[in-house]
Formats: sequence, C-alpha cells, structure tokens
Amino acid sequence: MITFEHVTKQYADGTVAIEDVSFTVEEGTTTVLVGPSGCGKTTTMKLVNRLEDPTEGTVYRDGTPLSEFDRIDLRRNTGYVIQEIGLFDHMTVGENIATVPRLNGWDEDEIDARIDELLELMDLPPESYREQHPPELSGGQRQRVGVARALASDPDVLLMDEPFGALDPITRESLQDEFLKIQAELDTTILFVTHSIDEALKMGDRIAIFDVGEVVQYDTPQAILDEPKNEFVEDFIGSDRPLKKLKVTQVEDVMSPPTEEVATAGGVADATAPVQSDGGSTVSPLEPTDTALSALSRLVASEDGRLPVVEDGDVVGTVSDEDIRRSNAGDKP
Amino acid sequence: MSDFVEGLIYLVENSDEVLYHFRGHLELVVVAELAALAFAIPASILAVRHDRIKKVVLGLGNVGQTIPTLAILALALPLLGLGFWPSILGLWAYAILPIIVNTVKGIENVDEEMVEAARGMGMTDWEILRSIQLPLALPVIFAGVRTSIVLVIGTAYLAMFIGGPGLGVMVVGGIQAYDWAQVIAGAIPGALLAIGADLSLSRIERYLGGDGGIDDTTVAA
Repeated sequence: MITFEHVTKQYADGTVAIEDVSFTVEEGTTTVLVGPSGCGKTTTMKLVNRLEDPTEGTVYRDGTPLSEFDRIDLRRNTGYVIQEIGLFDHMTVGENIATVPRLNGWDEDEIDARIDELLELMDLPPESYREQHPPELSGGQRQRVGVARALASDPDVLLMDEPFGALDPITRESLQDEFLKIQAELDTTILFVTHSIDEALKMGDRIAIFDVGEVVQYDTPQAILDEPKNEFVEDFIGSDRPLKKLKVTQVEDVMSPPTEEVATAGGVADATAPVQSDGGSTVSPLEPTDTALSALSRLVASEDGRLPVVEDGDVVGTVSDEDIRRSNAGDKP
Repeated sequence: MSDFVEGLIYLVENSDEVLYHFRGHLELVVVAELAALAFAIPASILAVRHDRIKKVVLGLGNVGQTIPTLAILALALPLLGLGFWPSILGLWAYAILPIIVNTVKGIENVDEEMVEAARGMGMTDWEILRSIQLPLALPVIFAGVRTSIVLVIGTAYLAMFIGGPGLGVMVVGGIQAYDWAQVIAGAIPGALLAIGADLSLSRIERYLGGDGGIDDTTVAA
C-alpha cells in the first residue's frame, strides 16, 4: 500500500510539479496516473522510489514514511519501467534481467532459473532470446524485456512510466492485453503512468486524473465514466464517453435473463458454435466477459435485435441494444 | 633518395646505437603514457560528476596541449633539472588532453535512459559508472588513448633538448653534424613505431566496438 499525504514537490528552479496531492494506492491493485503532459504524474511516480523527494508532505509505504527507507534498498525492491526502457545495450537480455537479482546478491543458479521463468512469462523463448543483445530486438520485444527486468526480483511495487508509449498501436494493444493477463497472476501493487485515457481505462483498477499539479478525480474507471467530477475530466475523457463506458462494461453486467425464443443449452457444443437468435437465424454467441462495446457492434452488424450470451455451452442470458442503452443510462437490468 | 638509402645503411651498420635510442624512446612513451592514464581517467570521471572540476580538468588539458612542449620542458628545467623525469613531465602534459576529452565525452554520451533506468533499479553512482558508463564509453576512451600515444611517440623526439633519451638524440645530433644518414636512421624507427601503434590500437578499438577511424577523436587543442 502506498499513501500520499498532502504531498507537494517544488523543484529547485521554483516550478511546482505537484501540490497537496493525497491518495492511497491499494495493495495488489493497478493504479493509473493519467493526465496531459506536464501535469506532474511522472514526478508523483518518482516519489515512490525516491528518485525525487517531496518538499512538503509524506509518502508512506505500508505505513512507514519513505524517508525512513534507504533509497538504494528501496529501489532494489521496487520494479521500474520507463518509456525509453533503458535496456543496457552492452549486456545480453539475460544479463539485463539479472541486474537487480545480482545487486541483491542472489546466487547464480537462482538467477538463471529466474531469467528463464521471466522470459517464458513474457513469451520470449529463453533458448533464442537469452543471449541476444537489446539492439537486435524489436520495440515490442525490448519492452517485454524491460518489464521482465523490472519484475526480476519479484518486487512488491512496480512503477511503469508510459511503458507502452513508444510502440505502434497494434503492438501496444497486444502488449496491454498480455500485461493484463500477467498482472492477474501477480499480486504486485502497480503504479502506471500514461497520458492516454484509453490506456488508463483499460489498465487501471483505479485511476487518478491529474490536472496541472493536482489530482482532480481518483476513482474506479466505471465511476469516473459515470460521474466525471468536473468539466476538465469530462473534456479529458472526450465526447465518446458512452462508448468508452461500454468498453469497460462486461456483457454479463448488462444482459437480460435468457428468453424462450433464444435457443437454450441443447445443441450448443461450445461457445463459438452458432446458436439461434430470436430472429430465428444462427449467430455466433457472445461470452459473458466480452465488452458491451463488442456486443453493441455485433448487434449493429446483425439483423437481430437480441443476441444470446453463452458460457460453457449454456445460454446464460441475452443482450439487446435496449439492455446496453439502459446500462449506459446508469440502471442495471 | 640517396640520403634515404644512406640512412638505411646507417641504420643497419649502427643497429646497436639505434636500438639503444629506440629503447630510450619507448621508455619515455610508456612511462609518460601510463602517467597520463593514471591522471586523466580518474580526473575525467570526477569531471563528469562535478561541473567545476570539469572546467579545471579540461582547462588543464588544454593548457598542456597549447603551451609548446619545448616551453614545458624549459619550465620543468629549473624544477627537475635535466634528464629523463623532466622529459616525462613535458610529455605527460601533452598526452593528457586527448584522454580527458574522450573519456568525458564517452561517459557523457552514454544514453541518459540507461543511466536513469540503472538509477531507478537501485544502482549506486559507482555501480552505474563501473557497469554501465565505463563499458559503454570504452571504445571512445580507447580512441583517445590511441591519439595520445601517437602524439607522444612524435613529441618524444624533443626530449633530448633537456637531456632526455630517445631517438631525438640521433636526429638532433645528426642535424648539428650535417649527417643526414644519421637523421634519417633516427626518424625511421619513430615513424614505424607511430604507424604500427596506430594500426594495432585501431584494430583493438574496432574490436571494442568503436569504428577505429582516424577522425573519431576530438582534440580541442
């Protein structure tokens, strides 16, 4: 758990980066700091591993003020990924990942095993990537190695400063998806900085929206979309707020109970097999974990007003554009 | 042309004398260069850390190159007298600048992101220097050392003016005696030494990851 208590950071040249910022990052969650450039989000993150120290206020880790930690020890127990990645070009991928475990004095067997484990986690087969040098890798691969390096000594806290910012949209999207999966397996507390509200909504359990030097709203993605606190937040989210909301809403939250007209369990072998919709035609069904946005796009494309939702071969509900519209207005069906 | 042939003949006939002066020359180069390394590398590392030291160190290096070596030799005379050690002082002053310039430049040119990532992962300044900055700067530093060595091989010819050893003894002695064969016999080994050192060092430099080219050093003389 990381707690910011009335934290102000003023640089030596007089610039105030953040002023009176207070919020708490819960254990094991991903909190995204998002805002336009120059809003102080990166500075806020750098306070956590003491690359910067606050001029006023206190940052706590699990209740202990950070000033009581040795900054070198603190950094060795905090993962850190930056946009430029900063892989060491003169070392192999394996040596890069081994950096912090070596600093922490692990023995070589342990380090070797850890390198292989992380490369596999990042979908980079150790036998082909371990001995490569960073300049030989693609942008996406470099970023994976960067994340692996940050996770190497299994830190309690992981700081990520626009980690996918320099990648092309397709690579970014797929790395985000992979990272979400990896994150589900870790119980690491993650602080994630980005300037993209879409990335924030996708990655965050909690989002802190920054305007110049202050946190304007700190809440779950759903709550921020439902009730933007002020005009700044509303503008920052953009005019397609309803669509963004659908993107963070799952089908199971909007669906209606199964109806008579829609085919029930019988005959549906797997979730991808076509089932009958209420128009009588066969369509490929939705899954409860699909986003409401993809349900909507399927509804728009199909001739049917209502699509079945299938889980493990059973029809568990149906979705119509009516359901989606109702959920967007804020009511649950 | 005939002077050159006579020089070669002199070289062969007086090989003992030439070898003696060549050895003296080599001693000057090796000692002066080692002393220059011992000073320039730590000084450059301090210079990268502190801007004020950087001004002093770069200034010192520039002065060492700008003042004619003969003048340094002359200035060293009242302090150290004649002979080997005053010669070393003059050569040392001449040798430090290329090493300093390249070491400072090499370390400063290491990507800021790598240094930031290293700091963020909990490396101390010393660990960053040792395992990130110096290895990445090595080819550039080595290029400076190569320039410095070649410079010192040439400049060591002047050492004889304050009683130092080296091939200069043959060359200057030959000029005074109008013995061109002796002048040429003294010049050839020095030239070969300089060329040989440059070629072999640039090969090592390429191995270290530099381009081993001729213009890869910045000597702000």
